[in-house]
Amino acid sequence: MTSRMVGQPVNRVEDPRLLVGAGRFLDDLGQDAAELAVLRSPHAHARITDIDVTAALEVQGLLAIYTYEDLSGPLADPLPLLIPHPAICAGRTQYALARDEVNYVGEAIAVVVAENRYLAEDAVERIVVSYRPLPPVVGVQAARAAEHLVHEDAPGNVAAHFVQEVGDAAAAIAAAPFRLELELAIERSASTPLEGRGVLAQWDSDSQRLRMWTSTQTSTGVRAAVAAKLGLDLGRVEVITPDVGGGFGVKIVHPWPEEVLVPMAARALGRPVKFTEDRREHFISAAHERGQLQHIEVGFDATGRILGLSVRFWHDNGAYLPYGLIVPIITSTQLLGPYKPGAYRVEFDSLYTNTVIVTPYRGAGRPQGVYAMERTLDAIAGELGLDRSVVRATNFIQPSEMPYDHGLIFQDGRPLVYDSGDFPASLAKLKALVGWDDWPAYQAAARAQGRQVGLGLACYVEGTGVGPYEGGHVQIETSGRIKVATGLTSQGQGHQTAFAQIVADELGVSMDDIEVVTGDTRRFPYAVGTFASRAAVTSGSAIALAARMVRRKILKVAADALEADPEDLEIVEGMVRVKGAPGVAMALGTVAVLSNPLRYAFDEASKAATQFVVGDSDLPPVNEDDEPGLEGRDYYSPLRSTFANGMHAVIVETDPETAEIKILRYCVVHDCGTLINPLIVEGQVHGGVAQGVGGALYERLVYDDAGQLQNASFMDFLMPYVSEVPESIEIDHLETPSPLNPLGIKGAGEAGVIPSAAVFASAISDAEGFAITAMPISPSDLFELRRRHAGTDRHNESIAKKEPTR
Amino acid sequence: MKPSAFDYRRPEQLDEAIDLLGELGPDAKVLAGGQSLLPLLSMRLAAPKHLLDINRIAQLDFVSCGADGVRVGALARHAALERDAGARAVQPLLSAALAMVAHPTIRNRGTTVGSIVHADPAAEMPAVLCLLGGSITAMSTNGQRIICASEFFLGPLESALWESELAVEAFFPALPPQSGTAFAEISRRHGDYAVCGVAGLVTLDDDLRISVARAGYLSVSATPLVLDLTDAVSGRTFDGDLSAAGGLASAAVDPEPDIHATADYRRHLVGVLTNRVIVGAAHRAAREITGNGATQALPMPGAQP
Ligand SMILES: Cc1cc2nc3c(=O)[nH]c(=O)nc-3n(C[C@H](O)[C@H](O)[C@H](O)COP(=O)(O)OP(=O)(O)OC[C@H]3O[C@@H](n4cnc5c(N)ncnc54)[C@H](O)[C@@H]3O)c2cc1C
Repeated sequence: MTSRMVGQPVNRVEDPRLLVGAGRFLDDLGQDAAELAVLRSPHAHARITDIDVTAALEVQGLLAIYTYEDLSGPLADPLPLLIPHPAICAGRTQYALARDEVNYVGEAIAVVVAENRYLAEDAVERIVVSYRPLPPVVGVQAARAAEHLVHEDAPGNVAAHFVQEVGDAAAAIAAAPFRLELELAIERSASTPLEGRGVLAQWDSDSQRLRMWTSTQTSTGVRAAVAAKLGLDLGRVEVITPDVGGGFGVKIVHPWPEEVLVPMAARALGRPVKFTEDRREHFISAAHERGQLQHIEVGFDATGRILGLSVRFWHDNGAYLPYGLIVPIITSTQLLGPYKPGAYRVEFDSLYTNTVIVTPYRGAGRPQGVYAMERTLDAIAGELGLDRSVVRATNFIQPSEMPYDHGLIFQDGRPLVYDSGDFPASLAKLKALVGWDDWPAYQAAARAQGRQVGLGLACYVEGTGVGPYEGGHVQIETSGRIKVATGLTSQGQGHQTAFAQIVADELGVSMDDIEVVTGDTRRFPYAVGTFASRAAVTSGSAIALAARMVRRKILKVAADALEADPEDLEIVEGMVRVKGAPGVAMALGTVAVLSNPLRYAFDEASKAATQFVVGDSDLPPVNEDDEPGLEGRDYYSPLRSTFANGMHAVIVETDPETAEIKILRYCVVHDCGTLINPLIVEGQVHGGVAQGVGGALYERLVYDDAGQLQNASFMDFLMPYVSEVPESIEIDHLETPSPLNPLGIKGAGEAGVIPSAAVFASAISDAEGFAITAMPISPSDLFELRRRHAGTDRHNESIAKKEPTR
Repeated sequence: MKPSAFDYRRPEQLDEAIDLLGELGPDAKVLAGGQSLLPLLSMRLAAPKHLLDINRIAQLDFVSCGADGVRVGALARHAALERDAGARAVQPLLSAALAMVAHPTIRNRGTTVGSIVHADPAAEMPAVLCLLGGSITAMSTNGQRIICASEFFLGPLESALWESELAVEAFFPALPPQSGTAFAEISRRHGDYAVCGVAGLVTLDDDLRISVARAGYLSVSATPLVLDLTDAVSGRTFDGDLSAAGGLASAAVDPEPDIHATADYRRHLVGVLTNRVIVGAAHRAAREITGNGATQALPMPGAQP
């Protein structure tokens, strides 16, 4: 037997190419294209009273300038609100080019196309826009206060208000023997892929077809949106994703203004046009995430069991709402993690501010929810003087309770039902990994030496693999090589490797013979996109199903040719052979030749499929229920999400003098069901943890009161370097397969980043003896907190406002 | 993020460069390592008509060490100075501070003179130059002049250099006898500009008691700040309680807040880091006197050798 590939830590087949610089990213393409630059608003909130392009017209090499006035038809309408939801009371999206008002610094007002980007920027500088500034709304507090409105027709700055409740949380809290309230804050961060956004479009006036390349997480989504905006039939639009240098969520938003303006210009000018976003543009005109204020009330018993939990939070959605309520809905539902409070109520407002839009960034609302829940559990443990892990275990959903229905509606509009998971087993693994039981002694010994060390713990559950569907196409070439295509895109996940592993197992072939293509609408036009840790689950399953379909056909064609029963055949290393008689065999390439009845031989091998050689003369060469060729196309549409989970522990040391925060150990226990490739999963976890370290200790997006982003560069937006990320991340896996898909897999893409704010807050609280309630935290913040807490008995202070207990 | 158009000149001789600068004057910018200038051009925060690239002027590419100190030519890269064994022997503070300047790749291109001319208040080498009482040699068509460090830094990104002048050399005085130096800084990420940085210089008397203690500061004022801390610790033995130095320093600074640190946190760091470098420098001076490992790096907790 060929050894099984799924489960093997196979090296990523895409790496050699990427590591030697042979990757082809958007800006590597279209070297002869005209280039587009964008005039962006310098004001957070203003009316545009005039745009004067006269001076810009003198720039040599200028090809065109477009403002809102130049847009017509669907292009002149606001960009789509991609995911409508009944709770949205004022859904506003921006125009591709601002019509008469700008709502954040960075909003596109005009675009210039010129022979190159230098000249395009020269022209942008010469466009004179007159503004009447309006008062900006910056930050959740200001949005809530609503002294000024972002959109005149969105009262209270409220985009949406949403409540879900299971049981009677208020009553349960009132009746509980212990109660606490917490006020928590978490700031903005951003996906910040190393490659920003980018679009290249080419219009073929002969065939009236548009071909575009874009650095996106959804080529089919862009295709549909561009076709609609430009008034083209889908069949006239092709969208291809080249190598994508990271997405992390921001590139699932579509269409970006540039994604419709570049093809518009390419069609109008009759030549290829390209836009390559620069770093500053990415900070001020792409998307951010994470900013929330949270108020939590919890009632619990003496064992720490949560009887009632009521969460009210305010979510900063930025100036517009193109991605609907996905982020706050995920916060509100995934907050529950592996726990089952007696009753739960969650209420949120999604609020407009005059800042960059907020759309999913890896973790997509979960980090905030986990932070709320885990801070609460630490507070309960502190209040009762219980071990933090014990309080968590007390509230776990048990394996015997799976599938577990929370009674809530999840982000995919479907019931929040956990499919599988063994939380007690995961916690036991983590405690063993980090040495939980030895911690008190270690901490005491360190304190005796004047060192401050802290241990943090945080658990999460992550809904992954959301629908509606993905598809897969598998084709055996007459060369015996195998072509696999799926419509969703890749941004570095290693899909070429993981999907090839799946196909290798299904077909009994070597991975070397498999070529996987993603994100090319010419190869696979039906797809949703790569987000929500869904690619392995949805495309992986679809590709497995498609491969099974091909396998059935291989066996049928080969059985005819070998005059054997399909049941008696096996495929080993690319050969179909009769079980027990390996001499009677046929290469897959030959089977492919035979699957396609020919009139014309094109080479020696293909003679075998021509009309005087094969076929029963009493039957049509291609049977009614058959098709020529050796290929299969199938789809996987999940009933609902599958739920991965994990638990992280971190040990930090805080410098008593400088308040610097150092990571001593980082431990992860991770359960994403069946592992396709442990190396890839661990790589995903490493990357997620690195981003989590950034979000917890370094990154924040600092707006001043005027709505100017103060740190729109990598100089001041402190994405961690490799030197800030723990050198080793210790990982242990648990595999509880999902019953929902053919391979038993769950998503792994976002896991590493989800518990970071929670786990670092927990560890720093443990080190300092006072509760951390605002994240991220810098040494300067910690220094100021120490001063505020100086004099209080730090090591006995609880996280929360204490309610009188009964 | 693309520069606006400029003319590009790359003279191979120093006098040619001086003449060009005289001719082009305020419309020209000197391009050395480009590590600070190119980002400014790309963000269009600077739009000079002419760039005068000095990278081909071999004459300026030198580090020369004498008993009096270290002369650093305008083309000497941070990395070359950092690795120069002679410079390390004559003035060990140079390599200690350079190790804190950005990342190795940036040090491979960025020049120490360029960094001084750039006059970023968060940069290490201006503070080192000031603490040591060094100088800059400038040339123009009017001739040559030597500007001492205390007069060179006028404000953030503003130096005493005239627009038509080329800085050709920086001079860092040698370590005085019976002395030691140390450097410490706190930056948010490895290699970032410091939130606060301190260079310390201590001279001991024959009884290993402190006779001079001075420190140079970055990121706490608009121009590099030098404080004489001798009053706080004078007469104390090198291994005694020197923490009065930190107290004096933190009371003497008036830092600004920014998005990375509050003013109070910076002031606090001034105290903490001052103590670390004064202790480190005092120990090193003692080694110098007692003859153990003269200028060898002495590992000190917290202070970079
Ligand atoms: C990511 C990053 C991090 C950094 N971190 C630090 C840090 O932590 N500490 C630090 O000190 N620096 C840091 N730097 C800056 C680095 O040290 C630069 O090398 C230095 O500031 C400038 O040197 P340069 O040779 O590159 O000068 P350039 O960029 O070429 O020039 C800088 C300025 O000086 C002028 N100039 C240069 N040489 C001369 C001359 N001989 N005569 C007259 N004018 C001249 C130029 O016209 C220009 O105005 C960092 C840079 C980067 C990109």
